[in-house]
Amino acid sequence: MSEINATMNGAAGAPGIDAGARYHVRDHHPENGTMLGFWIYLMSDCLIFASLFATYAVLGRNYAGGPSGAELFDLKLVGINTAFLLVSSITFGFAMISAQAKNLAKTQLWLVVTGILGACFLGLELYEFYHLIHEGAGPARSAFLTAFFSLVGTHGLHVLFGIVWLITLVVQLGKHGLNVENMRRLSCLSLFWHFLDVVWIFVFTFVYLMGTLP
Amino acid sequence: MSEHHNHGHDDHGHGHHDAHAVHYSLKDYTIGFTLAVILTVIPFWLVMGNILDPGTTRFVIMGFAAVQLVVHMVYFLHMNSKSEGGWNMMALILTLVLLGIVLSGSIWVMYHMNVNMMPNMGDAAEVMKHGSHDMP
Repeated sequence: MSEINATMNGAAGAPGIDAGARYHVRDHHPENGTMLGFWIYLMSDCLIFASLFATYAVLGRNYAGGPSGAELFDLKLVGINTAFLLVSSITFGFAMISAQAKNLAKTQLWLVVTGILGACFLGLELYEFYHLIHEGAGPARSAFLTAFFSLVGTHGLHVLFGIVWLITLVVQLGKHGLNVENMRRLSCLSLFWHFLDVVWIFVFTFVYLMGTLP
Repeated sequence: MSEHHNHGHDDHGHGHHDAHAVHYSLKDYTIGFTLAVILTVIPFWLVMGNILDPGTTRFVIMGFAAVQLVVHMVYFLHMNSKSEGGWNMMALILTLVLLGIVLSGSIWVMYHMNVNMMPNMGDAAEVMKHGSHDMP
């Protein structure tokens, strides 16, 4: 770290190499690539979800004599879950706005609120899974349920990792404050969290709502 | 190392664009959130209240999902054609193309398999055929 600072100071102190420096700045202008790289990761994650959605589309009505979506899904529960995730999206937005305004305490507060909402979402989803398995509608019951558990479970796993990341960032922010690195991490997590909400739109539309329709 | 070095230079306009060019505004999030709530509540209401017949509901809620996707992309993910010098959009378009191939391909192939290869399975084939029809 000190070495980097030394070169920084050196470069700033010597006007002679300014032209070269400017060239490099132009070259690296797109936020040094992290955001683009993270975006490409999200797009590849999209493909994972696409294959799970395709599986569900193909197998979603193969009940094997077992219960159907219309019999199993509790739309009120799903509605509450959707609300948790949607509200957590805007609270994350508040965290980003606070971070932009350099308000560390507020940023951490909103991140914690977001994490709690995420945990509520996950808790309700686990309750639903537990309930289904308890009723004998576990992932082994039919092709439909296998596809359902893989798709919704993978989304839930993403939310879990998002929460782990949130906690890590709150600790990091406490230690190092709103420096460049933490701002970058925050922007990445912001993309990740909103991405999960986008995936959830399709989960509740195609799995829950359409599964309930006759 | 040179990455860091260059980034150090990039920092000369302190506080101006520390990490990225995206500007997070309360207005964007409020608009996005309001639209998202409306676009979420209506499909739930349509399905839970049995407002329309199932066939129409299917198409309407698919439409709402598509619109909500765009709302989230614009207001929450801050997508536009200029972010990251256009590469974000290129990656998104590539993904959408792959998504289209994976989804429509799977559904198409499986539908034809069900129709052509299981002619005498009575109920099961009927259920599967029905399923392929209904799914997006």
